[in-house]
This record gives sequence, C-alpha cells and structure tokens, in this order.
Amino acid sequence: MIDFDYAVPTSLSEAVSLMGSNGGSARMLAGGTDLLIMMRAGRRLAKLVVDAKSVPELNELSLTDSGLNLGAATSCKRIWDDEPVVQAYPALNDSASIIGSVQIQGRASVGGNLCNAAPSADCTPTLIVHSGVCTIAGPNGTRQVPVEEFCTGPGTNVLQPGELLVNIKLPSAPTNSGAHYLRFTPRNEMDIAVAGSAAFVQLDESKQNFASARISLAAVAPTPLFAKAAGDLLVGKPVNEESIQQAAEAAKAVAKPITDMRGTVDQRIHLVGVLTARALRKAVERAREA
Amino acid sequence: MSTTIERSSQYKVIGKDVLRPDGVDKVTGRAVFADDVHLNGMLHAKVLRSPHAHAKIRSIDVSEALKMPGVRAVVTSEDFPPIPEGIVKEEGAAFFALASDKVLFRGHAVAAVAADSPHVADEALSKIKVEYEVLKAVLDPREAMEPGAPVLHEKLNPMSFGARLEQHSPNALQQITSMGDIEQGFREADVVVEREFTTKTVHQGYIEPQSCVVDTAPDGSVTIWSTCQGPFRHRDNTADLLQLPQNKVKVIPTEIGGGFGGKEVPYLEPMAAILSRKTGRPVKITMSRSDVFEGTGPACASYMRVKFGAKKTGELVAAHLYFCFEAGAFPGAPVGGAVGIGLGRYKIPNQLVEGFDVVVNKPRTQPYRAPGATQIHFATEGVVDELCEKIGMDPIEFRLKNVVQEGDRNVQGVPFLRIGGVEVLEAIKNSDHYKTPLEGPNRGRGVALGFWRNGGGMSSCSISVHPDGTVSIIEGSPDLSGTRTGIGMQAAETLGIPFEDVRITVVDTDSVGYTMGSWGSRTSFATGWAAIEAARDVNLKMVERASSIWSVPPEEVEVSDGTFYHRDDGSKKFTFKQLAARLNATGGPVVGSSVVDPTRGVGPAFAANVVDLEVDPETGKVTILRYTVAQDVGQALHPGMVEGQLEGGTVQGIGWALNEEYFFDNDGQMRNSSFLDYRMPVALDVPMIDTIIIEVPNPGHPYGVRGVGENNIITPPAAIAAAIHNAIGVRMTDLPMSPGYVLQALWQQNGH
Repeated sequence: MIDFDYAVPTSLSEAVSLMGSNGGSARMLAGGTDLLIMMRAGRRLAKLVVDAKSVPELNELSLTDSGLNLGAATSCKRIWDDEPVVQAYPALNDSASIIGSVQIQGRASVGGNLCNAAPSADCTPTLIVHSGVCTIAGPNGTRQVPVEEFCTGPGTNVLQPGELLVNIKLPSAPTNSGAHYLRFTPRNEMDIAVAGSAAFVQLDESKQNFASARISLAAVAPTPLFAKAAGDLLVGKPVNEESIQQAAEAAKAVAKPITDMRGTVDQRIHLVGVLTARALRKAVERAREA
Repeated sequence: MSTTIERSSQYKVIGKDVLRPDGVDKVTGRAVFADDVHLNGMLHAKVLRSPHAHAKIRSIDVSEALKMPGVRAVVTSEDFPPIPEGIVKEEGAAFFALASDKVLFRGHAVAAVAADSPHVADEALSKIKVEYEVLKAVLDPREAMEPGAPVLHEKLNPMSFGARLEQHSPNALQQITSMGDIEQGFREADVVVEREFTTKTVHQGYIEPQSCVVDTAPDGSVTIWSTCQGPFRHRDNTADLLQLPQNKVKVIPTEIGGGFGGKEVPYLEPMAAILSRKTGRPVKITMSRSDVFEGTGPACASYMRVKFGAKKTGELVAAHLYFCFEAGAFPGAPVGGAVGIGLGRYKIPNQLVEGFDVVVNKPRTQPYRAPGATQIHFATEGVVDELCEKIGMDPIEFRLKNVVQEGDRNVQGVPFLRIGGVEVLEAIKNSDHYKTPLEGPNRGRGVALGFWRNGGGMSSCSISVHPDGTVSIIEGSPDLSGTRTGIGMQAAETLGIPFEDVRITVVDTDSVGYTMGSWGSRTSFATGWAAIEAARDVNLKMVERASSIWSVPPEEVEVSDGTFYHRDDGSKKFTFKQLAARLNATGGPVVGSSVVDPTRGVGPAFAANVVDLEVDPETGKVTILRYTVAQDVGQALHPGMVEGQLEGGTVQGIGWALNEEYFFDNDGQMRNSSFLDYRMPVALDVPMIDTIIIEVPNPGHPYGVRGVGENNIITPPAAIAAAIHNAIGVRMTDLPMSPGYVLQALWQQNGH
C-alpha cells in the first residue's frame, strides 16, 4: 500500500472541494471495508482519502412521510438498529444484515456498497426495487440519478472526478406493498452472492392481484440489474405460483452471468429463477401482512 | 452439544479439566506470536513471487529496487551457497533458498527485499525486473504421468515422508504394496463396487500467517523467532541451506496460531537470515493471506480409483486402491502414509495398494491433519457405503464385521495391540443420535469409520525442582493444541504433585535436547512420555537424596504419590515439598532429564461419525443438522481440550467436504486466494457437535495415551457423502460437494 493523505471534512462543501482537489484521485472513505482492502491489494490507488463520517449530510438517516433519506455513509448497523426503518423497509434490513459479518456491518455503509459498484452488492438491488434516487454533489452543484442507472460496470459508476454520493432517497412504501431481498451463498455468513434477487410488489385492494412489481438481480451481469420486464409482466396478474414462475423465468432471461470461482453460468441462471420466486413469495407475504 | 466419556481409568491429575496455563495470555492478547516480536533497528521484508506456474528465469535485475530510499538489501538465490546434493533435498526443503534456474509454481519465491517499512519493501518488489521464459505447465496429476508431459525436474528425490519410493515416470514416484491374491479375491466376491474419486487442493487455514524475525550476529550466528511446528527442523534446514554449524542457528518458537501440518518447514527464515547478514539488522517477514495460500504448502489434491469386493454376508474379500496424490512442485505428498493406512481399518485378505506421488506446477504440498487419510477415506468409505447398500446391510454392522481388532496384523504384518475400532462403532450405534430416526424430505444420514496410525519419535525434557516444592519443566514441542497442559499433567501425575505446582515452558533449540516437531499426533504421547521419564528421573534422584539424609541405602527408600518414605521405618517420611526444601543444603538442586524415542508404543486409533443433513434440492446447498463423533483417545489427558480436538477436526472435515478448494485457472493461477473466496466454514455453517470420548488405553504408553489431534478430520467427507446419498439418491465422488456440484448431480439424475 502506497502512502496517502487523509482528510476529515466537516461540511458537504468542504468534502466537495477536497474531492475536486488532487486531480480527481481522491477517494471517499466511509467504512473502508472495500476501499482499504483494494488499496492494500493495489487494485485502487488514492493520493487522498476523504473520510465521510464527519459530514452531516452523509450521515443522515431520516424517515419522513415522503420516504427515507439515507445518507451515503450510513452504516448497515444503523439501519438494522432503527426499528421504524426496519418496519418501513424490511428488504433494506434484509440487505443490510447479510453483508459480511456483524462486525463489518458496523462499518460498511449502504452508499459505499453502491459506489463500490460490485455486481454482487447486496444493498443495490433493494435500493433499485424501492425506486431509490441518488443525490450526487460535485463542483458544478448537485444532480439526481436513479439507482438503477448509477453503476456502469464492475467497479465503475456515474460519479465524475470530484463528485460524491450524498444520499439515496427512497419514496415511502405504498399501501399493500412488500419487498424482500435474498441471495445465494455457499456459506451462511462472510460470503459474496453467487446470485441475488430483490422483489418489490404492490397488491391491489383485494390483495389477490399484483398492482405493480419491480425485480432486481445481483451478481448475474456486469452491474446490479434492474429486471424491468420481469416485474412489469406481473401487473394485473393474480397472485399465484404460475405468475410467480413467469416472472422468475423472465428474470432468468435477462441474467447475463459469467463463470468464475463463485459459480457457473448455468448455476447462476438457475439460481435467478429460484431466488426470484422466493423473493416474490416473501414480498407478497409482507404485502399481505402490511 | 453434549460430551460423553466412557472412562476406564482414574488418576489424580490426568483426566481433569485443569486450567490451561497459556489461556489467560491468549485471551487477553499478552501471548507473544512471531509478528509481535519487535527488535531495535528491525527491518521489514517482502517476498517477490513468480507470476507464472512454470518458467525459466532468464535474468533478475534488482538495481532499481536497491536505489529506492528506505530499501536496505535484496536477496536472490545467488546469495545462497550451493546446496550440496542430498543434504536438504531429502527434506524437500531446497526451494526455501529461492528459485534459481526455474520457477515451478505461481507463488514460487524469487527474491526478497528488506526495507525500513513493509510498505517500502512492498513497493520495491515492483522495481525488481525478472525476465521469464514461460514454459508449458502441467496442472493435473494424471496428465503429468502421461508421456510427453512437461517435466519439472531432471531427477526426483525418492525419499517421501520417510519412505523410499520408486521412480514411475519423469514426474511421478510410486509405492506398491500387496497381500494375498486380488484376482482370486474378486472372483470369490458376491458384490463388487468400483468407482473413481477426486479431491481438490485445500489449505490448512490456520489463522496466523507464517511470520519470523531473524537476527544474524557479526559472527554469523543466527537467532530465529518463528511460528513453527518443529523448531529443530527449522534449525537444521536453515543451517543446511546457509552451511552453518547447527549450534550457530537458534530457533525460538513463539506461540503459534494454528499449524495443522502447514508450519513444518522454513519458507522465510533462510532468506531473512541472509537479509539480516547483509544489513547487520534484524529482519521480519510476515506473509499476507494470499502469500499463505500461494506460497505455502496446502494439502494435496487427489485422483483415486477404488474397487472393493465383499461376500453377501458382509465379509470384505478383496480390495484394490489406486491413488495419485498431487505433490505440487516438488515430490513429497503423503503417499507412504496413505499406503499404510489406506485399507488398514479392515480385515481384507487380498489387497493391492498402488500410490503415486506426482509433481505438478502448483505449490508444494504439506501435511494437513492426518495427511492423505481424509482423501483415501472419502474414496474407500464411499465404496464401503455402496457395498452396504448393495448387500442390504446396516453400515455399522458391516463395519463391525470387518474392522481390525487386537491380534489382527497390519499391512506391514505386525499384530495390533489393543485398539478401539469396535468401541467407537458401538458407541455410535448406541448413541441417542443413531437411535433417533431422521424424518423429512431431502434429509439423509451417513456414517463412516476412520483410522489413523498416530506418531511417535524423539522428544527431550528436563524438570528442575525448586526449594518450595514447585517444579519447572522445559520441553521443545510448540503448543498447537494445549499440549503444554497435557505434558505437564503427565509430569505432575508421575511426581505426585498438584498440576498447579508445575510450570511448563516450550523453549528454544539451545535449551532442550532434540525434539521432533509437533506433528503426527505425537506430542502428548511422545513429549508427554519424555516428561514422565524426566519426572521418574527426579523421583530417582530425590529417593537418593532422602536416603543420604536418612543415611540408609537408597533401595530402602520408596516413593509413592509424591511421598518419600523408608520402607520399614514409619518415622522416616518426606512429602515432596519437605524434601524439596532440604535439597539445596544437602548436595544441591535436583534436575531430572530425559530423551525418549517411543516408536514402538504408538497407539493407532479409530473415529466414527454419524451425520444428519438436509439438501436444498433447488440450490444444492447442504445444511448439517446434527453431528456426532466418537473417537478412541486412549486416555483423555484433559477432556475439555480433547473435546475441542474432536470438534475442531470435524469442523475442518466439514469444510473440506462441502466448500473448500483452491480454484485454479488454466494457467495455474489461484483465483480465490483470500478467506472471502476460499470458503472455510464459519460458525453459522456447523451445528453444535456431540462428542463421545472413548478411552481404550494404549498398552504401549505408561498412561494409555493415544494421539488425538488428527483422527477427527478423516471421516466427515465420507460420512457427509453417504448422508447426501441417503438424502437425494446421488453418489458424490468429488470433493468439495459444493452447491454447484450437488445441483449438477441432481440435474444429471433428473435428466436435465
């Protein structure tokens, strides 16, 4: 690991100006659970590391009538410790409580998980199915980007040099809705998804038909994948195993995985079907309880 | 979780869960491990490793690295004296002197840099220019045995694990043993099962990486602080490679954070000694986790073909075991040991065992907890399970019918003394677990039996008696598993004093006689025996002292339970403490010492497992529901720690069974050299394990001790494979039985 400078800004404007310095080679540090490991391995270089943990906007976690404002540096632990947030967004809790281990969840942030842009990120599919929107600040002001458009490839995202992710805003969950994220890993902890699937469903008033649905997949494409068609085909369909299997097949159709040490193409496509069906069943269960 | 002990003997100290003396230091962080050693002026070194699996080294240019501020020295193979034929090569240790003409695996050490900080050393590695001519690599043992395969060495050293092997082909050595007539045997069989099996490379997975600090004095003498299993082997290998007298190399073993066979050889110490000599300063090298995976010795991968024949009444009549162990870049896979124990647990009149030690372009393997046995048992117990199914016999009854007992001869023709194969099988049969029916879809139960020879060998020990009646024991066996406690208990038992009056220390190679390393389940047995002999020596000398104090002939003085007394005169009596108080004024202190080499008394041992599991038919994932292990330990010195050994070995066996593997690409690069992607089990992956400790005292040891540490890893893959078969009807013949592989097997079964 090569020597680097370290700065702890205390305001968003200071953070933005630090990120713009150093010819754009500055990196934000939240929990450091990805950044420091990659710097040690020589896979990321940073002359300046900017600590996000003292910038108020980056550490906000607030639940209002309009939804959730999730500061980019908010740790996973703060999410699963916050009962109203867990009640309102159980799928976010699903994601935040399976990343790494309990110790890692105390450091790792949801925003960092998104910015790291791993195809296997466990939080990102949940943010996508909840129609999350990213607030990005930079030298030219702020802009908004839907979460599903944030990642551009393995390890890359839409942030331009000098820009940083401020927060992710999730709209409030509508009535009769539910969501779930699950992944497949050979180990029960400390593992990376072989495949993952998040589902959000809204049921009609009878709770017997799908009013809307969003499905998103992990680890089966160069980026976390928004499987729009798979969710759309559920609209108006009755809640039954046939509809669920159709959506699962549609999700499989958009998965474009690779074979690597974590799994094969065939295994991953198969798992997308299994996991999507399981995610939908659980999301329906939650919607009916809501 | 429950622990049951079937106890046959009673002692005053042995068999009690005394407080382990190293416990508090380990849980509070006071204990000194190698990386905790900091000396004045110490430099930090990093190792440059080959990026290729097989290549000629054309040139190495270190000039740019040496120009970097903070870089103090670089070492390459040219800094080592020429290695005399036959000296270190017998130990398979030549490559600790860095690659010279060829690199033979990805991760092969090529050079090392010592610098003011580890970060500078790391950066300097990128400035070393090595020109390689990449050669074709061979990565599979069967391919390596084919004519025309790339050849790794001009000549293979035939010594492997103390056994002499025959040359088979340019990359392979072989050992063959046979008994009876297998063709005739198979003709007599009513049922024959033949299958092929493979297992992948797995790592011991010790938490503490290899680490050492080496200080070379101006007179050339070398002091080494190292995390090692065998300080005397580290000393001898280092002295050989540096051409130093053995008394000029001192190895100080630090506390060790796991070894399991992986810390038996000095990967770093010789190069650190040269860097220290060049700079005149102490040098530390600590491996990263990827260094550990790529640069140290994992357990060998294997290809095995097994054919067993049995009568329909259950008697085994013939067996043919053919196996290739992947040695890695240098020969030395545990072929000899596996030939010896491969079929050793059953009475099989006609048998042929063919073992091959095959070099390939992968890291040179090292032992891992019962080296070779886990692979062989996975294959042979798999075939036994299938035989049981075919003849419709309960798998425990089948094994009870065939298991060797006292008086049966082993493969070398030597009759077994009292052994506990029947006892462990009966214990499983009578366990609450086995008697409780398993219900539910996709669930299955499996049993397996494991056999291990255990080890003996040389150990030394000495005991000083202090005026207040306490004693200090010094011995030379690094404590991997609580052995210090068990050894001290054997001394206390022999001296008849409480364990709390014993202080036991593992010392350096200058301070105790030659002691073989902590491997082969030998430490509590052999070094324990050394402690017994040293304590007997103390008793003898204290008897003499009492006799001189009392002015009676020594043969009239007796000792029992720490009391010295005149055999006729009841008024002449000393407690251990009373006599100890008199020593310094009556001729000086008493020091007892011993050297033992108890190879004949080694007690082989058995373990049996029963496991329940459930397979998720949609994902192929196996969840272990319940696990019971019964093991014959001879005499449990410290039942709490014995239980820990049974559980720990079982957990490692579960990891090997289900998920652990080196994932190599076609170029011989390991793609998962981190604990994130090399999937050892975590706490949530294993159930609480029930242990049944069986004590069938080893008649060859004064307190009945048998080795405990290794037997428990042998059976889990075989037991789990049998359980998966019972759950989903598929025979799993390759390790690991990972979800992807189970899923594929299910797809095949369903004609997918």
